[in-house]
Amino acid sequence: MRYALQTPLSREMLDPLRAGDTVLLSGTVYTARDAAHARMAALLDAGGELPFPLRGAALYYVGPTPERPGRPIGAAGPTTAGRMDGYTPRLLALGLACMIGKGKRSAAVKESVVQNGAVYLGAIGGAGALLAACVERCEIIAWPDLGCEAVRRLTVKDMPLTVLLDAHGGDLYESGPAAWLAAQGRE
Amino acid sequence: MSVRTIPAAAITQTVERLCIEANTQLPADVRAALDHAAATEPWPLARQTLGLLQQNLCAARENDLPICQDTGMACVFLELGQDAHIEGDLAAAVDEGVRRGYEKAYLRRSVTADPLRRVNTGDNTPAFLTVHLVPGSGCRVTVVPKGAGSENMSRLAMLKPADGVQGVKAFVLETVRLAGSNPCPPIVLGIGIGGTFDGCAALAKRALLRPLDVPNKDPRYAALEAELLEAVNALGIGPQGFGGKTTCLGVAIEQRPTHVACLPVAVNVSCHVTRRAAADV
Repeated sequence: MRYALQTPLSREMLDPLRAGDTVLLSGTVYTARDAAHARMAALLDAGGELPFPLRGAALYYVGPTPERPGRPIGAAGPTTAGRMDGYTPRLLALGLACMIGKGKRSAAVKESVVQNGAVYLGAIGGAGALLAACVERCEIIAWPDLGCEAVRRLTVKDMPLTVLLDAHGGDLYESGPAAWLAAQGRE
Repeated sequence: MSVRTIPAAAITQTVERLCIEANTQLPADVRAALDHAAATEPWPLARQTLGLLQQNLCAARENDLPICQDTGMACVFLELGQDAHIEGDLAAAVDEGVRRGYEKAYLRRSVTADPLRRVNTGDNTPAFLTVHLVPGSGCRVTVVPKGAGSENMSRLAMLKPADGVQGVKAFVLETVRLAGSNPCPPIVLGIGIGGTFDGCAALAKRALLRPLDVPNKDPRYAALEAELLEAVNALGIGPQGFGGKTTCLGVAIEQRPTHVACLPVAVNVSCHVTRRAAADV
């Protein structure tokens, strides 16, 4: 199936998605990767407020290349999401609806995705130029000292994504290869 | 014997140019392997994904962008003739080339000055420089920007000699299975067999310099490359780990003599954006 979704995202909007479906995402997407996650965790520990509202938000694990003059962003493909696993269940419990990245997640993250009715979407790893073309606006909203790891607010249009983890326990990294191997009679 | 003098500034210029070229144009052999995979992949989601990777290469060219946002650590290999004399500071010249190339082409600075303090150096230096002395007076420079998604999935094992080629194969397949979707498949594998603990890892990285359509010169190792390629593709991980026929675009093995008690094997995993650019100074 193919879905066009607009942020902010509700549980009801994400419920029909299944691992392997295609999503074209439009609206606001926030960026954070390793260093920004560490700072967000420290802020929450100190009782502070995060630089963006988590409820219904989409979070993209990305560290773009510097933008050329007149362009919103440089190449902007996903980074490996598993490095953020330790921070993720807490953010999902606080209302984070959607994560965008690449690569396997921990059992705790999968469980938390189901519990909170969230989704983990895959952007094509290494397709930095293609994904940059979906970004209409980009502004740094926190921690500019982190450079490519600073938190950015992106406005995206029809970002092509694949459902990796759905709210019903589906995991494309398990079901996708298994379906292919079954079709080959190798399983 | 005459000594050829090479000004360090010439090295800087070449490194600068190669950093930009490597990050914006996929080597012809990697592109050909990707096109072949896209044309022969039967699984629909896998074919669609490989199509997006081809579109990405076009988008990079049309919009003057790097192919991937992880423009990597700048691994620089120098084949330096022993009759060549570098006038100036070689390491500083290479770093300056990296600094200029990454600045000029808006490439990402991804290097942290210290592994525990984690402060970005801000200019993607230092370069990771390997110099090999060779006969003659030439100077061949190869720049290999290496991304972390695949670098992090790389592994090394000190096998027992009794483990033999079966042990090597099992370790390579285990490495690919553990890596799964993380290194951005379809992957390329550089494999080192033999040597010392540290030398084996260097062999694996060096194997990534060989074009995918050039097999190992030793027929036994060439056959092992072909066998491993087939075995890895039979895992069914597929492009991006979504399942399919295409998990790996190429396998290159480099082997060296080793101790009677040793069988080191190192697997340096690389992604579908396996980049390298080379030129003579």
